[in-house]
Amino acid sequence: MRPRLMVENAAYRLEGPLLFLHRSVEVGYNEAVEVVGSDGGARLGRVAAVDLDTLSIELLESSSGLGLAETRVRFVGEPLRFGLGPGLLGRILDGVGRPLDGGPPLAVERRLRIDGLPLNPVARATPRDFIETGISAIDLMNSLVRGQKLPLFSGPGLPHDRLAVAIARHARLRGAGAGEDFAIVFAGIGVAHDTADFFRRSLEQSGALSRSVLFLNLAGDASAQRLLTPRFALTAAEYLAFSCGKHVLVIMTDMTNYCEALREVAGAKGEVPGRKGFPGYMYSDLASLYERAGCLRGAPGTLTQLPILTMPLDDIGHPVPDLSGYITEGQIVLSRALDRSGIEPPIDVLPSLSRLMKGGIGEGYTDADHPALSSQLYAAYARAVQARLLASVVGEDGLAETDRRYLEFGARFERELIHQGESRTLEASMAVGWALLRRLPAGELTRLSDAQIAVHLGAAR
Amino acid sequence: MSHACIEWISGPVLRARASGPFALREALHVGPDRLLGEVVSLHDDLLVAQVYEDTTGLRPGDAVVGGGLPLSIRLGPGLLGGIFDGLLRPLQGIDSAFVAAGMGNAAKSRHDFRPMVRVGQLLEPGSEFGRVAGAREHRCLVPPGRSGQVLRIAAAGEYAEDEVLCVLRDAVGREHELAIGEVWPVRLPRPAAQRLPSDTPLVTGQRVIDALFPVALGGKAAIPGGFGTGKTVLLEALVKACAADVIVYLGCGERGNEMAGAVEEIAELVDARSGRPMSERTVIVANTSNMPVAAREASIYCAVTIAEYFRDQGLHVALMADSTSRWAEALREVSGRLGELPGEGGYPAYLGSRLAEFYERAARVRTLGGDLGSVTLIGSVSPQSGDFSEPVTSHTTRYVRSFWALDVTRARARFYPAIAPLGSYSQDAEKVASWWSGVFAEALGAVAAGDADWQALRRRFLTLLAEQTRLERMARIVGKDALQPQQRLTLLCAEVINEAFLRQSAYSPKDAYCGPQRQARMMRLLGRFMDRAEAALARGASPEAVAALPVLRPLQRMGDEVGENQVDALVALEAALEEDFATLGKEVGDAA
Repeated sequence: MRPRLMVENAAYRLEGPLLFLHRSVEVGYNEAVEVVGSDGGARLGRVAAVDLDTLSIELLESSSGLGLAETRVRFVGEPLRFGLGPGLLGRILDGVGRPLDGGPPLAVERRLRIDGLPLNPVARATPRDFIETGISAIDLMNSLVRGQKLPLFSGPGLPHDRLAVAIARHARLRGAGAGEDFAIVFAGIGVAHDTADFFRRSLEQSGALSRSVLFLNLAGDASAQRLLTPRFALTAAEYLAFSCGKHVLVIMTDMTNYCEALREVAGAKGEVPGRKGFPGYMYSDLASLYERAGCLRGAPGTLTQLPILTMPLDDIGHPVPDLSGYITEGQIVLSRALDRSGIEPPIDVLPSLSRLMKGGIGEGYTDADHPALSSQLYAAYARAVQARLLASVVGEDGLAETDRRYLEFGARFERELIHQGESRTLEASMAVGWALLRRLPAGELTRLSDAQIAVHLGAAR
Repeated sequence: MSHACIEWISGPVLRARASGPFALREALHVGPDRLLGEVVSLHDDLLVAQVYEDTTGLRPGDAVVGGGLPLSIRLGPGLLGGIFDGLLRPLQGIDSAFVAAGMGNAAKSRHDFRPMVRVGQLLEPGSEFGRVAGAREHRCLVPPGRSGQVLRIAAAGEYAEDEVLCVLRDAVGREHELAIGEVWPVRLPRPAAQRLPSDTPLVTGQRVIDALFPVALGGKAAIPGGFGTGKTVLLEALVKACAADVIVYLGCGERGNEMAGAVEEIAELVDARSGRPMSERTVIVANTSNMPVAAREASIYCAVTIAEYFRDQGLHVALMADSTSRWAEALREVSGRLGELPGEGGYPAYLGSRLAEFYERAARVRTLGGDLGSVTLIGSVSPQSGDFSEPVTSHTTRYVRSFWALDVTRARARFYPAIAPLGSYSQDAEKVASWWSGVFAEALGAVAAGDADWQALRRRFLTLLAEQTRLERMARIVGKDALQPQQRLTLLCAEVINEAFLRQSAYSPKDAYCGPQRQARMMRLLGRFMDRAEAALARGASPEAVAALPVLRPLQRMGDEVGENQVDALVALEAALEEDFATLGKEVGDAA
């Protein structure tokens, strides 16, 4: 690393998040800087462009209060890094990794680039360890595995925070290795104070705070900083997973705030807007966050992501959920209709999906009949929803007998399987699933083999 | 070799002042880490270049070195079984788990070479001058554009891929040096002697594709679908099962975990037809979504160039590209950085012509050496919010011949493959009809032509499925009970065809692959079912009575239950079907 350089009185233009300087030092593209205004506050920034005579700096924190005179810029000579070390767990930090809990500064053992580096696909191990979350709609229907990135697609006012906490609390491996080293990294991106407080208290009550790190960028903090919060959090998570060998669950909420900030900053930089004003590179940008989940071949630690995003107007076609869905390995979708009818957690299983489920369930992982059961439940529930649509037009009396059976199945499926008071083991979830299928004629169960019907449903026939 | 000096840099784009000649599209090495780049525009001595890797730390004054060649890759037998990044640098054998900028090229692989020509012989482009031992014997061919008399030829032995083994002198006295491998610019299609029409399908082992929407060898197909509709799973199933000699799998801007899964699975699989490890016939190009975006733009050209290279060996090659939308987005992103005017959806105006260029590289050809080879292109498309009217999908439909539209309703019911029979089409169906007639004759022996013919059955299935959609819409208004018996039977038959024939689990050991003969038998059996059901209806049986027949369940599950060569089981099923309908017929007769 080259010595730190401080430049004064070089700024000649300040426009939104961009600060232009006359160039008097050797700097490289994307290197980190610290901009100190006359108010004494230090702001993080990075070199956005550089030519022979000038350079422009993108401020990563609020630029208000900054002037041209008396603005000093310190060049770090390397890209933005986050110093990490032992004692990280149990801490509460701000959006860029500075202590908020009144504790001492973080110990520094390694300084890692906050942008991370792409994982070599060949070095990745395929995620296969089934995580039992205690939620039937997830465990049975959309199983989560270690190293997966599975977002919650929610809407404003839906209980996604409660669900995330329930998962974080219960999440465990089954069988051998169940008690392994587990840590939680929580990144609050532009969240309201009470949301942050809810997570902190929940972790505290369950005794998990000592295994957690919290990064809080509150709704009142500078929006430019929101772009940094998930990066700092993921860098910490990577350190815990790949340097300390822990199994890390990263909860990031709310990714919609992150994307809004991205749009805001892109607009301020005068970039060409894409769909709904979001920049065209949002896919790549989100990928640089989500893709940091995974397992490494031969390494003990894993990094699992549970991002939460609120779909504006519950529209799954909005760019934020749409682009996320193309990157993440599935999605858990919450439904307002289910929430209104008192189903908790209100997970709509039809649009939900876990892409890595197939590798983590079945013979040798969970239960040999798990895949067939889940597939049959899906087929039947889809049929039930169709029947419901039909019934809403022609009335229940206009339905054929089979469709009426499906209608009843659909209602019970929601009330008995999706709805749950407390956490269930996978076995308990499966038992509920088999019990529901007993109410359908055997001829309808085309996704089950005769043997599966005989073993699990025989008694009722 | 020309030099230039960086004057301005921002993101993957830089401007540099040149002190020597540069050509448009010339490949560059940039900065102390020798990052790969490409010239995109020239103005006096100022050049604009895009860099394929992370440019963090580059600064004014850093050197840019031109190699004199457009972006090129080294092709050779060592590609098979390899996993490469978007610029064809090997991902295997790297110590670090992360991919850093400035990654090196492959160590040159070594091969056992055997000469096939003598000094003095006259060689044309495409002539064979040697062979390389391996799982499949690799033929060393004179690259396009080179020819002449053999001046020198190496003796048999082990050589590195780039060692000069043969020297030719052409008519004007120029000497050409040939090695086992050759270097080819990726944006330039490799020439062939002649493009040929194709009447043979690429057998994929997926019933809905082979039987309803086939793609011919040398054809081009697109799989559009919103997220979660099963594009990647379907493509991976094709990679594993399709009957091509070589498969190039391009993961373009997709998920790392899925790539890892595919790599792992292919390593374990054995090719059912040859009994050899699947990896020996596969080349994987992986540019995951978090790898540099400019390299994603190049990766599609690298992949298709590899496919053409093996085509020139006289092989049938299939290229699966997942997903072309990510490639188009990379194009858009780089275009934005270059300050070009955006067209529809922010994509550059040349999106359509770039897509056309890509799909036009699919062909069945007579190679320069006189062999028959083909490149079949199958690309997935990820339309924003599943809306097929967006630019990438709509441009793609103009150039592909087979269109396999994925349907979100089917995917949500976990009905895979979720190819919607209504929105999909295949222009190759006519061409491969006689091939299918052959399969039917072979599988079913001398059956009466007409109703058991592939084309007739295919037409019948498609009509029935279209009718189903119409009737379901109607039932939504009047209720199912209000439909005529004939219409209720149509709905039943359509459901049987969906369940028994179109649904095919990629994870079922028995059903992941379904050969043409089994498809023929299943089609005929379903045709028989429809005949008998209609006859029963005509004699007064109700559709509900048909639905209650015991044979219905085994019929709907025959894909899952009856494996590839269990002809007996299908014959038994047919006997059960005849028996059930006979009983039904008797009951109806008694009642009347």
